[in-house]
This record gives sequence, C-alpha cells and structure tokens, in this order.
Amino acid sequence: MDTTCIMCPMGCALTITEENGVVTVTGNTCPRGAKYGVSEYTDPKRMVTTLVKVRGGGVLSVKTSAPIRKTLVPAALKAAAGVLLDHSVHAGDVVLADVAGSGEDLIATADLVYTEK
Amino acid sequence: MKHFDVVIIGGGPAGMAAAIGAREQGASVAILERDVRLGGILNQCIHNGFGLHYFGEELTGPEYAERFRKKVLSDSGIKVYLEAMVLSLTEDRVVTAVSPTEGLIELSAGSVVLAMGCRERSAGAIGLIGTRPAGIYTAGMAQRLSNVDGFLVGKEVVILGSGDIGLIMARRMTSEGAKVKLVMELMPFSSGLKRNIVQCLQDYDIPLRYSTTVTRVTGKERLTGVYVAPVDDKLQPILEKEEYISCDTLLLSVGLIPENDLIAGSAIEMSRITSGAVVDEYRQTSVPGIFSAGNVLHVHDLVDNVSEEAYVAGTAAAKYARGAIEDTPCMQVTTGTGVRYALPQRIHKGEGTVRLYFRVDKVYRGMTVTARSEGVLLKKKKTMVLAPGEMQYIEIDKSLVMGDVCVALEE
Ligand SMILES: Cc1cc2nc3c(=O)[nH]c(=O)nc-3n(C[C@H](O)[C@H](O)[C@H](O)COP(=O)(O)OP(=O)(O)OC[C@H]3O[C@@H](n4cnc5c(N)ncnc54)[C@H](O)[C@@H]3O)c2cc1C
Ligand code: SF4
Repeated sequence: MDTTCIMCPMGCALTITEENGVVTVTGNTCPRGAKYGVSEYTDPKRMVTTLVKVRGGGVLSVKTSAPIRKTLVPAALKAAAGVLLDHSVHAGDVVLADVAGSGEDLIATADLVYTEK
Repeated sequence: MKHFDVVIIGGGPAGMAAAIGAREQGASVAILERDVRLGGILNQCIHNGFGLHYFGEELTGPEYAERFRKKVLSDSGIKVYLEAMVLSLTEDRVVTAVSPTEGLIELSAGSVVLAMGCRERSAGAIGLIGTRPAGIYTAGMAQRLSNVDGFLVGKEVVILGSGDIGLIMARRMTSEGAKVKLVMELMPFSSGLKRNIVQCLQDYDIPLRYSTTVTRVTGKERLTGVYVAPVDDKLQPILEKEEYISCDTLLLSVGLIPENDLIAGSAIEMSRITSGAVVDEYRQTSVPGIFSAGNVLHVHDLVDNVSEEAYVAGTAAAKYARGAIEDTPCMQVTTGTGVRYALPQRIHKGEGTVRLYFRVDKVYRGMTVTARSEGVLLKKKKTMVLAPGEMQYIEIDKSLVMGDVCVALEE
C-alpha cells in the first residue's frame, strides 16, 4: 500500500508491505512515520464529522465521540443521514448511540433549540 | 453617543479573543457583528482539527467558537451587538453601524480593533472565461449552504484549487452523496494540509491534478461542464491538451483576501503583500488607536494563531485606551531570500520577546530561518520543510535588536 505520512509537513511518501505477517514501512524519514504507516495498514481510524437533519428543516453538526474504523465510515455516514431530530440538544449530547456498531456515539457539536413548525 | 474603551468590529474568533484580552485589562468593550451570532466562519467549519495548539485537544469549528462565545456572553463588561453591520470608522474612532433592532448605532471608542476576517476570491476575481450559469460557487459559500442551511449545492462536482476549504468540501459533498470528479490545482503543489489531502481526497479516491486549471465553463442556465487543461511553467494553459468534464457544480477554492473595504481610502497604511494593514507587535496600525487582528490582517491557516494574535491586539487596545502605551521608536522588519512576508512589519525598541510570523514563497527543504539585525544574527532555526501554506514564526529578543530586522532563509 502507498500513502503519505501526515504526522508532519514533510509528507513522506510511504510504501507499506506485509510478508509472513510482518508489516514493513519504507520511505519514512523518522520513526513516527513507521508507526503511522503500520496503523494505517493494519487498523486505520477516522473521526467522522457530519450533519443530521432536523424535522421541519435545518441541520445540526455532529461528530463521533472518537475515531472509528475507516471501513465503518460509509455506514456511519448512512446512519447519520437517517437521523431526523425532533427535540432540543446541547453540544456533547448523544444523537445516535453506537453508530454503525463502531462502539462510538454520534454526538452534537453545537446546541440546537428545536421549535415545532 | 455611547463610549466604550475598546470597540471591536467583527465577532469571529479574532473579535472574541480581542474582547477577552481587553477585558482582562479592565476595559469596557463592545463587539459589533453583522451575523445573527458570534463565531464567524467557525460556525460553518463542522470538521475537526481546531484548537490543538490553543486548547491541547481537537475540536470542531462550532465547538471552538462555543468556548469563546460562552466566555464573551457571560461577561457583563462586553456589550455584544448582533446583526450590526459596521458602515464606517473615522480616524478619531467613531464607529457607525446599522442593525434591524437598534437602527443606527454610533459609538465613540478609546481604541478600535479591526476583526472583520476575510472573504474568498470569486469567479470574477480570477477571470474565469465563459457564461455565468448557476452552479458556480466559492467553496466557502457551498460550505455555508451545506453546513448552516442544510442545502447540498450539486451532484457532480469539480473543484478548482486545493486549499483546505476545497479539500474539506470535497469530502463533505462526497459524504452527502455527491460525486466529486476532480480536484485541480494550478500550482505544482497544494497549499492544503497533508492530512486533508489524505483524509479528504485519497480516502474517497478523488483524483487531484497539479499544474491544471479550468479554461472554460459551459451551460446556459445551469452549469453543464468545464474544460480543463494542464499549464506550462509560466502557468499558461496548454490548450492542445484541453479536456471536457461534465459536471453541474464548480467549486472555487482559490484563495482568501482580507476584508478591508471598511478602511479602504483611509490613512491606515496597507501592505500590498498581505492585503492587510501594516502593524507593530501590538498589531497597531499606522493610525494610533486602531488595531487589526485575525484574517483581516493576514490570512491564517490555524485559528489557534488567530486567537493568539487577537488576544495580543485586544490587550494592547485596552492599554492604549487608558494611555498606557508609550510611543517608543520603531524598527522595520524586512524580508530576505525565500520569505514572502513577515509580520509585524515594525517593532518597538524595548525588552521582552516578540514572535515574527512569516510565510515562504515556495516549498523549501533543509533550510535555516534567520533573523538578523544590521547583519548580526539574532536567532536561527533549522527546518526540515517549509511550505507557503504553513505560517511559521521565529522568536527574537527585543533587547538584542540594534536596527532593522531581516527575516530570511539561508542554506
Ligand atoms: C470559507 C472559509 C473556511 C475556512 N475554513 C477553515 C478551516 O477549516 N480551518 C481553519 O483553521 N481555518 C479556516 N478558515 C480560516 C478562518 O477564517 C480562520 O481560522 C478564522 O476563522 C479567522 O477568524 P477571524 O475572526 O479573523 O475571521 P472570521 O471568522 O471570518 O470572522 C469575522 C467576523 O467579522 C464579521 N464582519 C465582517 N465585516 C463586518 C462589518 N462590516 N460589520 C460587522 N461585522 C463584520 C463577520 O460577519 C464575521 O463574523 C476558513 C476561512 C474561510 C473564509
Ligand atoms: S515520516 Fe517522519 S519526517 Fe516523514 S512525514 Fe512522517 S513524521 Fe514527518
């Protein structure tokens, strides 16, 4: 797998290979790049920030409580798209628990004052 | 006419941090914000990555704004005028604004902090050829429509410019079900963060082409497509290699300009490079008592730096209002090889340290940044890589400064 190290502005081009269960990173300039390369290869994670709809119009910004498996991101986005809020929430409140079976919750990142329309 | 020690124009992160700085000095403060709430552009930046330097944790834009908003709104010494559009500012510091609730607002100020932020360069500003069908937006406008108003601007998208806002919008629109066909960048490098290139483009298999631009757009009422072509080393499109891409939306992410219309034609000295005011280390402009901070002064890539800079400006503005800033002689800060601009552009003689922020003119590897005064080395800093998209600073000891200071790159 080829990728770019994002741990510093150098942006080294990394090549990650696996042989007999041993993951090797090349192209990195420092040990941080090797560590990043291994995690990107074996278990990449991403924060998801997106929007949920509010009944009657409008949107609320949300995020996952921690980074989730990258492979679960599409499912998490789909689950978020299915939410239709019909109550007020505060920033930090859970909007959808255990999103896409990731073990993390979708939480509000802003306050929403819901008014029935 | 109401009087405040410090009047702040703009209630984004810069305006809020300036207010907090001024209040800590005991000043009475007013913030004038044209939007319905404080927070500025942060309200529409729903992605995370804000505050790592300032708060030591990664926040989304709205969360970062909320921390400051709470502090500002709970302080009875700060009068916040919302939906208040500032129309004029005089040299003797009378600020005039209008709002639907208060009508005409006229305030006299001990000092003023300009914190109006920046705006995006638009299709007109870059001289795009072709018709003007619907479907051409600046990336920030599309971001606001999506994230504040909940409106997706299109289904098949092409993005010109690989700045962070364009990259973030590529991911946003993909998440909302749109197809982002191509991101192109005129320069041979991106001004966006590596992290955004990986997590906003590569994660979604969105192609990024360097040294490429839009040559024409097609469509009558709605955009139907764009012609794109690679550019030569003089950045001129190679028309023989023009190629057509059908799309209903073109997003422009081609740079930000400080929003300084309010002081156009005033006595405030402006920098042609930053498009902001020329300031000293307190962020005071050439007109005493008028300060400037945040994106209206120079475009920042990290909001953390905006907050820091505006806090300095707010603190100094409060001191000025009570007559506690001495007018000591100034030395110029100039730039040498590889440095596009350095800010502040002048510093006062005195004690203490000062950070000289700067941007380089292209990507450099393995260079040393130096600050010299009359040829004498004040400070040097070895760097692995320097890119135009990442603002840097070098901190110097003011007591060592003999004359003008020059920031430059050396081998
Ligand atoms: C579209 C866009 C997206 C961005 N995305 C990111 C990002 O993802 N990450 C990042 O780190 N940085 C981002 N930035 C940079 C961001 O602008 C800064 O980090 C930060 O928000 C700048 O703060 P500010 O207070 O200087 O400006 P702003 O946040 O722009 O605030 C300026 C405020 O002044 C008000 N104002 C302007 N003129 C007047 C007037 N005449 N009267 C009254 N009020 C006025 C405006 O309404 C606004 O609220 C983005 C910038 C733009 C333009
Ligand atoms: S490998 Fe090291 S030097 Fe290279 S980008 Fe990653 S952190 Fe930076």
